[in-house]
Amino acid sequence: MVDLSVNLAGVTLKNPIIPASGTFGYGREYAGLYDLDILGSFSWKGTTRDPRPGNPQPRVAEAASGMLNAVGLQNPGMEAVLREEVPNIARIFHGPVIANVCGFSLEEYAENCRMLEEADQVKILEINISCPNVHAGGQNFGSSPQSAAAVTRAVRAATKKPVFMKLSPNVTDIAEIARVCEAEGADGLCLINTLLAMRIDLNTRRPVIANRTGGLSGPAVFPVALRMVWDAYEAVKIPLIGCGGVDSAETAAEMLLAGASAVEVGAANLRDPWACKTIIESLPGVCERLGVDKISDLTGGAHHG
Amino acid sequence: MKQSVFTLERTRRLAGDVWELVLTGDTSAVTAPGQFVNIALPGKFLRRPISVCDWAEERLTLLVKEAGEGTKELVRLPAGTRLDALSGLGNGFDPAAAPEGAVLVGGGIGVAPLFGLAMRMREAGRAVTAVLGYRSSWDAFYQEMFAAIGADLRLVTEDGSLGTGTKGFVTDALREELPDCRYVMACGPTPMLRAVCALPQIAGGQFSFEARMACGFGACVGCSIETKNGLRRVCKDGPVFRKEDIVW
Repeated sequence: MVDLSVNLAGVTLKNPIIPASGTFGYGREYAGLYDLDILGSFSWKGTTRDPRPGNPQPRVAEAASGMLNAVGLQNPGMEAVLREEVPNIARIFHGPVIANVCGFSLEEYAENCRMLEEADQVKILEINISCPNVHAGGQNFGSSPQSAAAVTRAVRAATKKPVFMKLSPNVTDIAEIARVCEAEGADGLCLINTLLAMRIDLNTRRPVIANRTGGLSGPAVFPVALRMVWDAYEAVKIPLIGCGGVDSAETAAEMLLAGASAVEVGAANLRDPWACKTIIESLPGVCERLGVDKISDLTGGAHHG
Repeated sequence: MKQSVFTLERTRRLAGDVWELVLTGDTSAVTAPGQFVNIALPGKFLRRPISVCDWAEERLTLLVKEAGEGTKELVRLPAGTRLDALSGLGNGFDPAAAPEGAVLVGGGIGVAPLFGLAMRMREAGRAVTAVLGYRSSWDAFYQEMFAAIGADLRLVTEDGSLGTGTKGFVTDALREELPDCRYVMACGPTPMLRAVCALPQIAGGQFSFEARMACGFGACVGCSIETKNGLRRVCKDGPVFRKEDIVW
Protein backbone atom coordinates (compact mmCIF):
# COMPACT_ATOMS: atom_id res chain seq x y z
CA MET A 1 0.00 0.00 0.00
CA VAL A 2 1.38 3.35 -1.03
CA ASP A 3 0.91 6.11 1.53
CA LEU A 4 -0.60 9.00 -0.44
CA SER A 5 -1.03 11.36 2.51
CA VAL A 6 0.76 14.69 2.58
CA ASN A 7 1.15 17.48 5.10
CA LEU A 8 0.61 21.16 4.41
CA ALA A 9 1.73 23.34 7.32
CA GLY A 10 0.28 20.90 9.87
CA VAL A 11 -2.84 20.03 7.88
CA THR A 12 -2.96 16.41 6.74
CA LEU A 13 -4.45 15.63 3.33
CA LYS A 14 -5.28 12.02 2.43
CA ASN A 15 -3.62 12.62 -0.93
CA PRO A 16 -1.95 15.57 -2.66
CA ILE A 17 -4.69 16.25 -5.23
CA ILE A 18 -6.67 19.49 -4.82
CA PRO A 19 -9.10 20.90 -7.42
CA ALA A 20 -7.90 24.44 -8.08
CA SER A 21 -9.83 27.58 -7.28
CA GLY A 22 -12.14 28.83 -10.03
CA THR A 23 -12.60 25.42 -11.63
CA PHE A 24 -14.59 23.77 -8.86
CA GLY A 25 -17.02 26.45 -7.64
CA TYR A 26 -17.96 25.56 -4.07
CA GLY A 27 -18.14 21.87 -4.95
CA ARG A 28 -21.83 21.68 -5.90
CA GLU A 29 -21.42 20.82 -9.60
CA TYR A 30 -19.03 17.94 -8.89
CA ALA A 31 -20.78 16.46 -5.84
CA GLY A 32 -23.24 14.66 -8.12
CA LEU A 33 -20.45 13.27 -10.32
CA TYR A 34 -18.24 11.49 -7.80
CA ASP A 35 -17.68 11.15 -4.06
CA LEU A 36 -15.74 14.31 -3.18
CA ASP A 37 -14.29 12.57 -0.13
CA ILE A 38 -11.68 10.96 -2.39
CA LEU A 39 -10.05 14.42 -2.72
CA GLY A 40 -7.15 15.61 -0.60
CA SER A 41 -8.91 18.97 -0.30
CA PHE A 42 -10.47 21.48 -2.63
CA SER A 43 -9.84 25.17 -3.12
CA TRP A 44 -13.07 27.06 -3.44
CA LYS A 45 -13.85 29.85 -5.88
CA GLY A 46 -12.00 33.10 -5.16
CA THR A 47 -14.21 35.02 -2.73
CA THR A 48 -14.31 38.75 -2.10
CA ARG A 49 -16.00 40.68 0.71
CA ASP A 50 -18.83 41.90 -1.54
CA PRO A 51 -20.66 40.02 -4.30
CA ARG A 52 -19.11 40.53 -7.74
CA PRO A 53 -20.81 40.03 -11.12
CA GLY A 54 -17.52 39.43 -12.91
CA ASN A 55 -16.56 40.58 -16.39
CA PRO A 56 -18.75 40.94 -19.50
CA GLN A 57 -19.08 38.11 -22.07
CA PRO A 58 -17.19 36.49 -23.69
CA ARG A 59 -14.98 35.37 -20.84
CA VAL A 60 -13.29 32.27 -22.23
CA ALA A 61 -11.27 31.38 -25.32
CA GLU A 62 -9.39 28.44 -26.75
CA ALA A 63 -5.58 28.35 -26.93
CA ALA A 64 -3.08 25.72 -28.03
CA SER A 65 -3.13 23.13 -25.22
CA GLY A 66 -5.08 25.39 -22.95
CA MET A 67 -7.60 28.14 -22.49
CA LEU A 68 -7.96 31.77 -21.53
CA ASN A 69 -10.42 32.99 -18.95
CA ALA A 70 -11.42 36.40 -17.69
CA VAL A 71 -14.31 35.49 -15.41
CA GLY A 72 -13.34 38.42 -13.22
CA LEU A 73 -13.85 36.93 -9.76
CA GLN A 74 -17.60 36.48 -10.09
CA ASN A 75 -18.65 35.32 -6.62
CA PRO A 76 -21.55 35.81 -4.20
CA GLY A 77 -19.46 37.56 -1.52
CA MET A 78 -18.10 36.26 1.78
CA GLU A 79 -21.33 36.56 3.79
CA ALA A 80 -23.34 34.53 1.28
CA VAL A 81 -20.57 31.94 1.08
CA LEU A 82 -20.53 31.55 4.88
CA ARG A 83 -24.32 31.38 5.01
CA GLU A 84 -25.06 29.16 1.99
CA GLU A 85 -21.93 27.41 0.75
CA VAL A 86 -20.05 26.50 3.93
CA PRO A 87 -22.99 24.47 5.38
CA ASN A 88 -23.47 22.78 2.00
CA ILE A 89 -19.78 21.94 1.73
CA ALA A 90 -20.07 20.20 5.12
CA ARG A 91 -22.69 17.91 3.56
CA ILE A 92 -20.81 17.03 0.36
CA PHE A 93 -17.18 16.94 1.56
CA HIS A 94 -15.71 15.93 4.91
CA GLY A 95 -12.03 16.77 4.49
CA PRO A 96 -10.09 19.99 5.00
CA VAL A 97 -11.19 22.87 2.77
CA ILE A 98 -8.93 25.54 1.30
CA ALA A 99 -10.62 28.95 1.15
CA ASN A 100 -9.38 31.10 -1.73
CA VAL A 101 -9.56 34.67 -0.44
CA CYS A 102 -9.42 37.78 -2.64
CA GLY A 103 -9.38 41.44 -1.83
CA PHE A 104 -9.00 44.85 -3.38
CA SER A 105 -7.35 46.41 -0.32
CA LEU A 106 -5.28 45.23 2.63
CA GLU A 107 -8.27 45.86 4.90
CA GLU A 108 -10.48 43.66 2.74
CA TYR A 109 -8.01 40.78 2.79
CA ALA A 110 -7.75 41.00 6.58
CA GLU A 111 -11.51 41.25 7.08
CA ASN A 112 -12.16 38.26 4.81
CA CYS A 113 -9.68 36.19 6.80
CA ARG A 114 -11.30 37.21 10.10
CA MET A 115 -14.74 36.26 8.74
CA LEU A 116 -13.46 32.75 8.03
CA GLU A 117 -12.08 32.22 11.53
CA GLU A 118 -15.24 30.42 12.74
CA ALA A 119 -15.54 28.19 9.66
CA ASP A 120 -13.97 25.08 11.20
CA GLN A 121 -13.78 23.06 8.00
CA VAL A 122 -11.64 25.75 6.38
CA LYS A 123 -8.15 24.63 7.37
CA ILE A 124 -6.05 26.71 5.00
CA LEU A 125 -6.50 30.22 3.62
CA GLU A 126 -5.17 30.55 0.09
CA ILE A 127 -4.58 34.24 -0.43
CA ASN A 128 -5.12 35.19 -4.05
CA ILE A 129 -2.87 38.16 -4.70
CA SER A 130 -3.78 38.44 -8.36
CA CYS A 131 -6.57 40.93 -7.62
CA PRO A 132 -5.92 44.53 -8.68
CA ASN A 133 -4.95 46.80 -5.82
CA VAL A 134 -7.53 49.56 -6.06
CA HIS A 135 -5.39 51.79 -3.85
CA ALA A 136 -2.33 51.53 -6.08
CA GLY A 137 -3.62 52.12 -9.60
CA GLY A 138 -4.97 48.63 -10.18
CA GLN A 139 -1.60 46.88 -10.26
CA ASN A 140 -2.00 43.34 -8.95
CA PHE A 141 -0.86 42.80 -5.36
CA GLY A 142 1.14 39.82 -6.53
CA SER A 143 3.14 41.73 -9.10
CA SER A 144 5.61 43.37 -6.74
CA PRO A 145 7.51 42.09 -3.68
CA GLN A 146 6.41 45.14 -1.68
CA SER A 147 2.68 44.65 -2.16
CA ALA A 148 2.92 40.85 -1.83
CA ALA A 149 4.71 41.39 1.48
CA ALA A 150 2.07 43.88 2.63
CA VAL A 151 -0.78 41.45 1.96
CA THR A 152 1.07 38.62 3.70
CA ARG A 153 1.63 40.83 6.76
CA ALA A 154 -2.03 41.90 6.82
CA VAL A 155 -3.47 38.38 6.61
CA ARG A 156 -0.87 36.93 8.98
CA ALA A 157 -2.05 39.37 11.65
CA ALA A 158 -5.73 38.65 10.94
CA THR A 159 -5.88 34.86 11.29
CA LYS A 160 -4.50 31.91 13.20
CA LYS A 161 -5.15 29.56 10.28
CA PRO A 162 -2.29 28.65 7.94
CA VAL A 163 -2.01 31.14 5.09
CA PHE A 164 -0.74 30.10 1.66
CA MET A 165 -0.04 32.98 -0.71
CA LYS A 166 -1.13 32.19 -4.27
CA LEU A 167 1.51 33.76 -6.47
CA SER A 168 1.19 35.30 -9.90
CA PRO A 169 3.58 34.09 -12.62
CA ASN A 170 3.47 37.52 -14.24
CA VAL A 171 6.59 38.71 -12.41
CA THR A 172 10.28 39.08 -13.15
CA ASP A 173 11.61 37.04 -10.23
CA ILE A 174 9.26 34.52 -8.59
CA ALA A 175 11.93 33.55 -6.04
CA GLU A 176 12.12 37.07 -4.64
CA ILE A 177 8.32 37.19 -4.16
CA ALA A 178 8.43 33.75 -2.53
CA ARG A 179 11.13 34.90 -0.10
CA VAL A 180 9.30 38.06 1.02
CA CYS A 181 6.08 36.09 1.62
CA GLU A 182 8.01 33.59 3.75
CA ALA A 183 9.72 36.42 5.64
CA GLU A 184 6.33 38.01 6.44
CA GLY A 185 5.04 34.80 7.97
CA ALA A 186 3.30 32.90 5.17
CA ASP A 187 2.87 29.23 6.09
CA GLY A 188 3.14 28.15 2.47
CA LEU A 189 2.84 29.20 -1.15
CA CYS A 190 0.64 28.13 -4.02
CA LEU A 191 2.01 28.68 -7.49
CA ILE A 192 1.11 29.58 -10.15
CA ASN A 193 -2.00 31.54 -11.02
CA THR A 194 -2.77 32.04 -14.73
CA LEU A 195 -0.46 33.75 -17.23
CA LEU A 196 -1.67 37.02 -18.70
CA ALA A 197 -2.63 36.28 -22.31
CA MET A 198 -4.74 37.31 -25.31
CA ARG A 199 -6.47 36.03 -28.49
CA ILE A 200 -7.75 38.14 -31.40
CA ASP A 201 -10.74 37.19 -33.56
CA LEU A 202 -9.74 37.52 -37.23
CA ASN A 203 -13.35 38.15 -38.27
CA THR A 204 -13.91 41.08 -35.93
CA ARG A 205 -10.22 42.07 -35.57
CA ARG A 206 -10.91 42.54 -31.88
CA PRO A 207 -9.79 40.59 -28.81
CA VAL A 208 -11.91 37.43 -28.35
CA ILE A 209 -12.27 38.14 -24.63
CA ALA A 210 -14.39 41.18 -23.75
CA ASN A 211 -11.92 42.08 -21.00
CA ARG A 212 -9.26 42.09 -23.80
CA THR A 213 -6.85 39.96 -21.77
CA GLY A 214 -7.39 36.75 -19.86
CA GLY A 215 -5.43 34.21 -17.89
CA LEU A 216 -3.87 31.27 -19.73
CA SER A 217 -4.19 27.87 -18.06
CA GLY A 218 -4.07 24.23 -19.07
CA PRO A 219 -1.22 21.96 -20.20
CA ALA A 220 0.36 24.89 -22.09
CA VAL A 221 1.45 26.47 -18.80
CA PHE A 222 2.65 23.28 -17.08
CA PRO A 223 6.37 23.67 -17.89
CA VAL A 224 6.26 27.31 -16.72
CA ALA A 225 4.54 26.37 -13.47
CA LEU A 226 6.96 23.51 -12.90
CA ARG A 227 9.97 25.80 -13.34
CA MET A 228 8.52 28.35 -10.94
CA VAL A 229 7.82 25.68 -8.31
CA TRP A 230 11.44 24.58 -8.76
CA ASP A 231 12.68 28.16 -8.25
CA ALA A 232 10.47 28.70 -5.20
CA TYR A 233 11.62 25.42 -3.65
CA GLU A 234 15.21 26.60 -3.94
CA ALA A 235 14.29 29.93 -2.35
CA VAL A 236 12.12 29.05 0.66
CA LYS A 237 11.58 26.37 3.32
CA ILE A 238 7.76 26.61 3.61
CA PRO A 239 5.59 24.02 1.79
CA LEU A 240 4.48 24.65 -1.78
CA ILE A 241 1.30 23.73 -3.63
CA GLY A 242 2.11 23.29 -7.33
CA CYS A 243 -0.59 24.50 -9.70
CA GLY A 244 -0.66 24.94 -13.45
CA GLY A 245 -1.48 22.53 -16.26
CA VAL A 246 -1.46 19.31 -14.25
CA ASP A 247 -3.70 16.79 -16.04
CA SER A 248 -2.34 13.38 -15.04
CA ALA A 249 -0.72 11.48 -12.17
CA GLU A 250 2.55 11.79 -14.09
CA THR A 251 2.47 15.59 -14.31
CA ALA A 252 1.40 15.68 -10.64
CA ALA A 253 4.48 13.61 -9.80
CA GLU A 254 6.66 16.05 -11.74
CA MET A 255 5.24 18.89 -9.61
CA LEU A 256 6.12 16.97 -6.43
CA LEU A 257 9.63 16.23 -7.68
CA ALA A 258 10.08 19.95 -8.48
CA GLY A 259 9.32 20.75 -4.86
CA ALA A 260 5.56 20.80 -4.32
CA SER A 261 4.02 19.10 -1.27
CA ALA A 262 0.58 19.01 -2.93
CA VAL A 263 -0.83 19.69 -6.38
CA GLU A 264 -3.79 21.68 -7.61
CA VAL A 265 -5.64 20.59 -10.73
CA GLY A 266 -7.49 23.37 -12.53
CA ALA A 267 -8.39 23.60 -16.21
CA ALA A 268 -8.29 19.80 -16.57
CA ASN A 269 -11.55 19.64 -14.54
CA LEU A 270 -13.31 21.77 -17.14
CA ARG A 271 -12.48 19.47 -20.03
CA ASP A 272 -12.84 16.27 -17.99
CA PRO A 273 -15.07 16.68 -14.91
CA TRP A 274 -13.68 13.41 -13.52
CA ALA A 275 -10.02 14.46 -13.99
CA CYS A 276 -9.16 14.59 -10.26
CA LYS A 277 -10.72 11.18 -9.63
CA THR A 278 -8.73 9.64 -12.48
CA ILE A 279 -5.49 11.26 -11.28
CA ILE A 280 -5.98 10.08 -7.70
CA GLU A 281 -6.68 6.54 -8.85
CA SER A 282 -3.48 6.60 -10.92
CA LEU A 283 -1.18 7.93 -8.18
CA PRO A 284 -0.34 4.58 -6.50
CA GLY A 285 0.83 3.15 -9.83
CA VAL A 286 3.08 6.15 -10.46
CA CYS A 287 4.53 5.86 -6.94
CA GLU A 288 5.28 2.19 -7.53
CA ARG A 289 6.96 3.05 -10.81
CA LEU A 290 9.07 5.65 -9.00
CA GLY A 291 9.83 3.22 -6.18
CA VAL A 292 8.39 5.19 -3.25
CA ASP A 293 6.11 3.87 -0.48
CA LYS A 294 5.20 7.40 0.63
CA ILE A 295 4.24 9.93 -2.01
CA SER A 296 5.55 12.72 0.22
CA ASP A 297 9.05 11.31 -0.37
CA LEU A 298 8.82 12.68 -3.92
CA THR A 299 8.70 16.31 -2.79
CA GLY A 300 11.81 18.11 -4.00
CA GLY A 301 13.31 14.86 -5.25
CA ALA A 302 14.53 16.39 -8.51
CA HIS A 303 16.78 18.79 -6.58
CA HIS A 304 18.93 16.05 -5.05
CA GLY A 305 21.31 13.48 -6.42
CA MET B 1 -24.90 14.82 -17.31
CA LYS B 2 -23.22 11.77 -18.74
CA GLN B 3 -19.83 11.26 -20.34
CA SER B 4 -19.83 8.72 -23.15
CA VAL B 5 -18.34 7.94 -26.51
CA PHE B 6 -20.43 8.51 -29.62
CA THR B 7 -19.60 7.09 -33.04
CA LEU B 8 -20.00 9.35 -36.05
CA GLU B 9 -22.17 7.50 -38.56
CA ARG B 10 -22.45 10.08 -41.33
CA THR B 11 -22.07 13.75 -42.13
CA ARG B 12 -23.79 15.62 -44.92
CA ARG B 13 -23.74 19.22 -45.99
CA LEU B 14 -27.23 20.68 -45.70
CA ALA B 15 -26.64 24.15 -47.08
CA GLY B 16 -23.99 26.85 -47.08
CA ASP B 17 -21.83 26.18 -44.05
CA VAL B 18 -24.36 24.05 -42.16
CA TRP B 19 -23.84 20.32 -41.76
CA GLU B 20 -25.84 17.46 -40.30
CA LEU B 21 -24.01 14.88 -38.19
CA VAL B 22 -25.68 11.62 -37.19
CA LEU B 23 -24.03 9.79 -34.30
CA THR B 24 -24.77 6.61 -32.40
CA GLY B 25 -24.28 6.24 -28.68
CA ASP B 26 -25.90 6.54 -25.29
CA THR B 27 -28.52 9.31 -25.43
CA SER B 28 -30.11 8.41 -22.09
CA ALA B 29 -29.01 11.68 -20.47
CA VAL B 30 -30.86 13.78 -23.08
CA THR B 31 -34.24 14.59 -21.54
CA ALA B 32 -35.49 17.74 -23.27
CA PRO B 33 -35.25 19.45 -26.66
CA GLY B 34 -32.88 22.41 -26.56
CA GLN B 35 -30.29 20.68 -24.39
CA PHE B 36 -26.75 20.42 -25.73
CA VAL B 37 -23.75 18.13 -25.85
CA ASN B 38 -20.16 19.23 -25.23
CA ILE B 39 -17.79 17.45 -27.57
CA ALA B 40 -14.06 16.95 -27.05
CA LEU B 41 -12.11 17.34 -30.28
CA PRO B 42 -8.62 16.00 -30.91
CA GLY B 43 -6.10 18.81 -30.58
CA LYS B 44 -8.55 21.23 -28.95
CA PHE B 45 -8.53 21.91 -25.23
CA LEU B 46 -12.05 23.23 -24.74
CA ARG B 47 -15.01 21.06 -25.71
CA ARG B 48 -17.42 22.42 -28.33
CA PRO B 49 -21.01 22.90 -27.16
CA ILE B 50 -23.51 21.83 -29.86
CA SER B 51 -27.28 21.85 -29.38
CA VAL B 52 -29.15 18.60 -29.89
CA CYS B 53 -31.22 18.75 -33.08
CA ASP B 54 -32.95 15.45 -32.51
CA TRP B 55 -32.41 12.25 -30.60
CA ALA B 56 -33.74 8.74 -30.27
CA GLU B 57 -32.50 5.70 -28.41
CA GLU B 58 -28.83 5.30 -29.37
CA ARG B 59 -29.08 8.01 -32.07
CA LEU B 60 -28.12 11.66 -31.91
CA THR B 61 -28.52 14.24 -34.67
CA LEU B 62 -26.52 17.46 -34.50
CA LEU B 63 -26.53 20.38 -36.91
CA VAL B 64 -23.23 22.23 -36.95
CA LYS B 65 -22.41 25.57 -38.51
CA GLU B 66 -18.79 26.07 -39.43
CA ALA B 67 -17.85 29.02 -37.27
CA GLY B 68 -14.26 28.56 -36.18
CA GLU B 69 -11.42 26.06 -36.30
CA GLY B 70 -13.13 23.56 -34.02
CA THR B 71 -16.42 23.33 -35.91
CA LYS B 72 -14.56 23.28 -39.27
CA GLU B 73 -12.72 20.19 -38.07
CA LEU B 74 -15.80 18.61 -36.54
CA VAL B 75 -17.79 18.60 -39.79
CA ARG B 76 -14.87 17.05 -41.69
CA LEU B 77 -14.25 14.07 -39.40
CA PRO B 78 -14.57 10.75 -41.20
CA ALA B 79 -17.43 8.36 -40.49
CA GLY B 80 -16.50 5.96 -37.74
CA THR B 81 -14.72 8.64 -35.66
CA ARG B 82 -15.32 8.13 -31.95
CA LEU B 83 -16.14 11.32 -30.07
CA ASP B 84 -16.03 11.84 -26.31
CA ALA B 85 -19.08 13.92 -25.36
CA LEU B 86 -20.78 15.16 -22.23
CA SER B 87 -24.50 14.83 -22.90
CA GLY B 88 -27.71 15.98 -21.27
CA LEU B 89 -26.38 19.48 -20.59
CA GLY B 90 -28.61 22.48 -19.95
CA ASN B 91 -32.29 22.78 -19.16
CA GLY B 92 -33.84 22.73 -22.66
CA PHE B 93 -37.27 23.87 -23.77
CA ASP B 94 -40.38 23.01 -21.76
CA PRO B 95 -43.17 22.53 -24.31
CA ALA B 96 -45.60 21.64 -21.51
CA ALA B 97 -45.29 25.23 -20.26
CA ALA B 98 -46.13 26.65 -23.69
CA PRO B 99 -49.79 27.46 -24.33
CA GLU B 100 -51.67 26.27 -27.43
CA GLY B 101 -50.79 28.57 -30.30
CA ALA B 102 -47.18 28.96 -29.25
CA VAL B 103 -44.93 29.52 -32.27
CA LEU B 104 -41.41 28.15 -32.78
CA VAL B 105 -39.04 30.85 -34.05
CA GLY B 106 -35.58 29.94 -35.33
CA GLY B 107 -32.83 31.96 -36.93
CA GLY B 108 -29.90 30.37 -38.78
CA ILE B 109 -28.31 27.49 -36.89
CA GLY B 110 -30.80 28.29 -34.09
CA VAL B 111 -33.29 26.28 -36.15
CA ALA B 112 -31.49 23.09 -35.05
CA PRO B 113 -32.91 22.56 -31.53
CA LEU B 114 -36.37 23.66 -32.71
CA PHE B 115 -36.62 20.54 -34.85
CA GLY B 116 -36.31 18.29 -31.78
CA LEU B 117 -38.84 20.51 -30.03
CA ALA B 118 -41.22 20.20 -32.99
CA MET B 119 -40.79 16.41 -32.96
CA ARG B 120 -41.65 16.15 -29.27
CA MET B 121 -44.69 18.41 -29.76
CA ARG B 122 -45.93 16.30 -32.68
CA GLU B 123 -45.45 13.14 -30.60
CA ALA B 124 -47.61 14.76 -27.93
CA GLY B 125 -50.29 15.33 -30.56
CA ARG B 126 -49.79 19.08 -30.76
CA ALA B 127 -49.88 21.26 -33.84
CA VAL B 128 -46.60 23.00 -34.70
CA THR B 129 -46.25 26.42 -36.26
CA ALA B 130 -42.69 27.45 -37.00
CA VAL B 131 -41.08 30.61 -38.35
CA LEU B 132 -37.66 29.76 -39.78
CA GLY B 133 -35.37 32.61 -40.75
CA TYR B 134 -32.21 32.45 -42.87
CA ARG B 135 -29.92 35.01 -44.43
CA SER B 136 -30.54 33.63 -47.92
CA SER B 137 -31.48 30.50 -49.84
CA TRP B 138 -27.76 29.59 -49.76
CA ASP B 139 -27.89 28.74 -46.06
CA ALA B 140 -31.50 27.58 -45.70
CA PHE B 141 -31.90 24.06 -44.37
CA TYR B 142 -34.36 21.62 -42.78
CA GLN B 143 -37.51 23.24 -44.25
CA GLU B 144 -38.42 19.86 -45.76
CA MET B 145 -37.84 18.13 -42.40
CA PHE B 146 -40.32 20.45 -40.65
CA ALA B 147 -42.75 20.06 -43.56
CA ALA B 148 -42.47 16.26 -43.34
CA ILE B 149 -43.75 16.25 -39.77
CA GLY B 150 -46.69 18.45 -40.71
CA ALA B 151 -45.51 21.76 -39.32
CA ASP B 152 -47.23 24.95 -40.46
CA LEU B 153 -44.11 26.63 -41.85
CA ARG B 154 -43.40 30.35 -42.37
CA LEU B 155 -40.07 30.79 -44.15
CA VAL B 156 -38.11 34.03 -44.07
CA THR B 157 -34.96 35.14 -45.87
CA GLU B 158 -33.32 38.50 -45.44
CA ASP B 159 -32.85 38.87 -49.21
CA GLY B 160 -35.96 37.02 -50.36
CA SER B 161 -33.78 34.61 -52.35
CA LEU B 162 -35.78 31.56 -51.27
CA GLY B 163 -38.47 32.69 -53.75
CA THR B 164 -41.16 31.83 -51.24
CA GLY B 165 -42.14 33.14 -47.82
CA THR B 166 -41.29 36.52 -46.37
CA LYS B 167 -38.42 38.77 -47.39
CA GLY B 168 -37.04 40.37 -44.24
CA PHE B 169 -36.78 39.16 -40.69
CA VAL B 170 -38.62 36.64 -38.53
CA THR B 171 -40.22 39.57 -36.71
CA ASP B 172 -41.84 40.66 -40.02
CA ALA B 173 -43.40 37.21 -40.42
CA LEU B 174 -44.64 37.21 -36.82
CA ARG B 175 -46.18 40.66 -37.20
CA GLU B 176 -47.71 40.20 -40.63
CA GLU B 177 -48.59 36.52 -40.85
CA LEU B 178 -49.06 35.50 -37.22
CA PRO B 179 -50.49 38.61 -35.52
CA ASP B 180 -52.31 36.44 -32.98
CA CYS B 181 -49.11 34.77 -31.79
CA ARG B 182 -48.57 35.68 -28.12
CA TYR B 183 -45.98 33.07 -27.07
CA VAL B 184 -42.78 31.91 -28.76
CA MET B 185 -40.10 29.29 -28.26
CA ALA B 186 -37.09 30.80 -29.96
CA CYS B 187 -33.46 30.12 -30.74
CA GLY B 188 -31.12 32.21 -32.86
CA PRO B 189 -28.68 35.11 -32.77
CA THR B 190 -29.10 37.40 -29.75
CA PRO B 191 -30.26 40.41 -31.83
CA MET B 192 -33.03 38.23 -33.28
CA LEU B 193 -34.07 36.97 -29.85
CA ARG B 194 -34.13 40.53 -28.54
CA ALA B 195 -36.24 41.77 -31.47
CA VAL B 196 -38.73 38.91 -31.14
CA CYS B 197 -39.02 39.43 -27.39
CA ALA B 198 -39.62 43.16 -27.94
CA LEU B 199 -42.60 42.67 -30.31
CA PRO B 200 -45.66 44.18 -28.59
CA GLN B 201 -47.73 41.09 -29.46
CA ILE B 202 -45.37 38.72 -27.57
CA ALA B 203 -46.54 38.26 -23.98
CA GLY B 204 -44.33 35.34 -23.05
CA GLY B 205 -41.88 32.80 -24.31
CA GLN B 206 -38.82 30.66 -23.95
CA PHE B 207 -35.59 31.97 -25.46
CA SER B 208 -32.48 29.85 -25.97
CA PHE B 209 -29.17 31.70 -25.61
CA GLU B 210 -25.73 31.13 -27.06
CA ALA B 211 -22.51 31.77 -25.14
CA ARG B 212 -18.86 30.92 -25.29
CA MET B 213 -18.42 28.20 -22.68
CA ALA B 214 -15.57 26.37 -21.05
CA CYS B 215 -16.95 23.53 -18.91
CA GLY B 216 -20.61 23.39 -20.01
CA PHE B 217 -21.78 22.03 -16.64
CA GLY B 218 -21.80 25.09 -14.41
CA ALA B 219 -18.44 24.88 -12.68
CA CYS B 220 -16.42 27.69 -14.24
CA VAL B 221 -19.16 30.37 -14.52
CA GLY B 222 -17.51 31.42 -17.79
CA CYS B 223 -20.91 31.92 -19.48
CA SER B 224 -22.85 33.85 -16.78
CA ILE B 225 -25.41 36.42 -17.87
CA GLU B 226 -27.43 38.92 -15.87
CA THR B 227 -31.09 37.94 -15.39
CA LYS B 228 -33.95 39.31 -13.29
CA ASN B 229 -32.99 36.59 -10.78
CA GLY B 230 -29.34 37.63 -10.69
CA LEU B 231 -26.44 36.02 -12.51
CA ARG B 232 -27.32 32.77 -14.24
CA ARG B 233 -25.13 30.33 -16.16
CA VAL B 234 -26.20 29.84 -19.79
CA CYS B 235 -24.83 26.27 -19.67
CA LYS B 236 -26.48 25.06 -16.48
CA ASP B 237 -29.38 27.39 -15.61
CA GLY B 238 -30.09 27.86 -19.36
CA PRO B 239 -29.62 27.87 -22.25
CA VAL B 240 -33.40 28.45 -22.27
CA PHE B 241 -34.66 31.41 -20.25
CA ARG B 242 -38.22 32.66 -19.79
CA LYS B 243 -39.17 36.08 -21.16
CA GLU B 244 -39.95 37.41 -17.69
CA ASP B 245 -36.45 36.52 -16.43
CA ILE B 246 -34.37 37.98 -19.26
CA VAL B 247 -32.39 41.21 -19.02
CA TRP B 248 -31.57 42.39 -22.56
